[in-house]
Amino acid sequence: MTEILKRNKALSVSPLKASQPIGGSLATLGFNRAMPMLHGSQGCTAFAKVFFVRHFREPIPLQSTAMDQSSSVLGADENVVVGIKTIAEKSRPALITILTTGLAETQGADVHRNVCEFRAAHPEFDDVAVVAVNTPDFTGSVETGYAATLTEIIRTLVPDAKEAGTLPGWRKRQVNVLVSYMLTPGDLEALRDIFEQFQLRPVFVPDLSDSLDGCLTEDDFSPVTIGGTPLSEMATLGHAKATVVIGASLQKAADLLEEKTGVPTYRFDHLYGLHANDALISALAEISGLDVPERIERQRAQLQDAMLDTHFMLGQLRIAIAADADLLHALVDQVQEMGAEVVAAVTSCNTPQLASIPVASIKIGDLEDMELIAKANNAQLVIGNSHAVDSAERLDTPILRAGFPLYDIIGGYQKTWIGYKGARQTLFDLANLVINHAHEEIPVYRSVYAQKPANEASAPSCH
Amino acid sequence: MKSTKDIAELLDEPSCEHNKKEKSGCAKPKPGASAGGCAFDGAQIALLPIADVAHIVHGPIACAGSSWDNRGTRSSGASLYRIGMTTDLTEQDIVMGRAEKRLFHAIKQAVETYQPPAVFIYNTCVPALIGDDIGAVCRSAEERWGVPVVPIDSAGFYGTKNLGNRIAGDAMFKYVIGTRDPDPLPLSVQRSEIKIHDVNLVGEYNIAGEFWHVLPLFDELGLRILCTLSGDARFREVQTMHKAEVNMMVCSKAMLNVARKLNEKYGTPWFEGSFYGITDTSQALRDFAKAINDPDLTERTERLIEREETRIRAELAPWKERLKGKRVLLFTGGVKSWSVISALQDLGMVVVATGTKKSTEEDKARIRELMGEDTLMIEDGSPRELIRIVHDYKADILIAGGRNMYTALKAKIPFLDINQEREFGYEGYQGMLELVRQLALTMESPVWQSVRAPAPWKKAKVAA
Repeated sequence: MTEILKRNKALSVSPLKASQPIGGSLATLGFNRAMPMLHGSQGCTAFAKVFFVRHFREPIPLQSTAMDQSSSVLGADENVVVGIKTIAEKSRPALITILTTGLAETQGADVHRNVCEFRAAHPEFDDVAVVAVNTPDFTGSVETGYAATLTEIIRTLVPDAKEAGTLPGWRKRQVNVLVSYMLTPGDLEALRDIFEQFQLRPVFVPDLSDSLDGCLTEDDFSPVTIGGTPLSEMATLGHAKATVVIGASLQKAADLLEEKTGVPTYRFDHLYGLHANDALISALAEISGLDVPERIERQRAQLQDAMLDTHFMLGQLRIAIAADADLLHALVDQVQEMGAEVVAAVTSCNTPQLASIPVASIKIGDLEDMELIAKANNAQLVIGNSHAVDSAERLDTPILRAGFPLYDIIGGYQKTWIGYKGARQTLFDLANLVINHAHEEIPVYRSVYAQKPANEASAPSCH
Repeated sequence: MKSTKDIAELLDEPSCEHNKKEKSGCAKPKPGASAGGCAFDGAQIALLPIADVAHIVHGPIACAGSSWDNRGTRSSGASLYRIGMTTDLTEQDIVMGRAEKRLFHAIKQAVETYQPPAVFIYNTCVPALIGDDIGAVCRSAEERWGVPVVPIDSAGFYGTKNLGNRIAGDAMFKYVIGTRDPDPLPLSVQRSEIKIHDVNLVGEYNIAGEFWHVLPLFDELGLRILCTLSGDARFREVQTMHKAEVNMMVCSKAMLNVARKLNEKYGTPWFEGSFYGITDTSQALRDFAKAINDPDLTERTERLIEREETRIRAELAPWKERLKGKRVLLFTGGVKSWSVISALQDLGMVVVATGTKKSTEEDKARIRELMGEDTLMIEDGSPRELIRIVHDYKADILIAGGRNMYTALKAKIPFLDINQEREFGYEGYQGMLELVRQLALTMESPVWQSVRAPAPWKKAKVAA
């Protein structure tokens, strides 16, 4: 049983957590022609925008209801209605999400009512989907904000099978894929490839690999997302043969989708490492009724070979991990599968799925906590986001960058972690980091009687 | 929470010649069509470079979580400012009224763990709205732990980044400046032949360490900088700012209130200037000499300027040939607009338009002076508008903040980052060399050709 160690400090130092509105924005950005709008002061949006721009190195559509002193005190209902109208007029997006911030929630905003008011007042914008989500930053994290937003989008945009007359399996090759925030655009591309090898047509919800994959388009500029899941696809989810869910954080979203559509659901916590991918491939073989393609068999064998090659470096390696729950689970499973020890597991907020992560204890905390636990347990490697680089430096260990944000490297958003191929690359990356680093060398011993040349007596060992 | 009156007072800057217009902070941002940061953003940018202070953001996670360790400002030693600290308020704290208590203990934790010379508390929207009395918490924490604890009441909804800069300056003046006298000049650095003068810089942030291009010149001239507010500053330096003989407002007037109040209370004269470009760097050094009015300093300053200008002009000559006549769209959001214009004009480049959304009236007057009355001043900084202006005015490059970088790149427009997050320093004579190198690097890059041309098979189709 995993022990959850709760936060016991007044001050959070070197925060690991990113806020719920960030997660909600990210989920929205995976839909085509979408625009997230944060209900809060302008800074909420400005900070979130900088956060994404540094990570993805892309322009990011993100708007604000721009609450000021008087609307913060007297009520900001009008800001929401005017904000939706302004965006609808200016760029006619397919989807606008209204994501609340701590400021709006503390004030007592009711964004769901505001959306109704907008609908009543502006029927001319009925073609623009508007979804309101409660994502205050005083609770949860990027992961819960993302999951909540995805849930609300499904609630609003996926029709009930009864009313719409959708039939599970009517589209024999379609599989809905709900993907957690932890899958990178690179992961989604690889995942699409895997599905297509089983002659399946995956519909990713949402699809960041089509909107934030770093692609140069013909157009100079678009005020809303280019690419991402088209909203028209949402009506087809009920016709799919199956739904594949990746990430325990999406449990609610998955339950809701199944309830609405009756499409059978296959759930996976993640797709890191051999066993997780074995589960996926078995499921895809079952869904498609096809044998596992030779190319995938080959990739599996390559991963197995890599596991053999790298277990010398990774076995018993003491690893510290700081990540949100889904990613933490994925990383823990993959490194434990290699015989490494997770000596520090730190996550940003408490969620039910933490209990199923197979480590002795998980600390709800920040990167300072990670650093202290890692130090106490003599960790040899850190896995965390770019903020953790300084921690790793102080710990004098190498770091494998994973999660959000990654701002000190290029292309972090495109790294592929999943599938047999991605898992193999992760093993290589981990092993390369420690190949010359974590190996504990025997200190040089010089005999007092030795006949070595005199100038070697105090020379430092070099190798 | 600050009252409307407090905010109005901060927006009213009597030293500003253009203080008559409706105050910028009152202009209501439009929901759904707004860009730019908030007062907290501005306050944090203004003070975070004070490197040895524990900077605690009092609020839920979004304020600090998305912004900590996000600045290009550099320190020559202390690095506490790079560690993000926040009370990370939870729903329980807010609903049950435990936020003040958490803040009090957070201060204790910061003091015990890091022994900082001072703690700064940034108030944000949520605690301002629920009425946390951060002033009172700071006072009692200061009493209890024996370390100065400075409240910076900078809730985002108070207004713009510019207002946040002023709130930050105001807090420094109110709580920090004047609490210690400068160290006596050590014998080792005294020079018999010259008199050392004490000065301050206000609004210099040492982005990417760029002020270190200029600092050696101050040493050579015998100007001791008591404090740069706030690049590479330490708390103990800020405390002594009242003893300077003259203050320089660097780049803009965002923290003009500090210079004005120092002038009102201590009689310190101030002038404004910039270290971007040869002309402005020389002018700034001359203005120091002029304000201090030491004939010996004046003479040595002139000699230094001549030597440095000759040297740098020779080094820049080959670059100038390459950049001459190139057209620039400058969109800096205001703060650095006029200072950068001068640097670009030194290179013989043509600035076709500039952004003024966040500029003060004073900044705008300066821009007109430099570029003439017909200058296109861009108030609407939307990406689409910027791209349109680049095309209409045939600009060769867009110089703007990092936020606009990917807008420019997607439109296949050469780009130079000029904001706090950038990685290169452009100040002083030496900084000009880095500036030309970066300008040429992007404008002359072979990639533009490659990304603008269609794929060969598409070209073939058109020809056929």
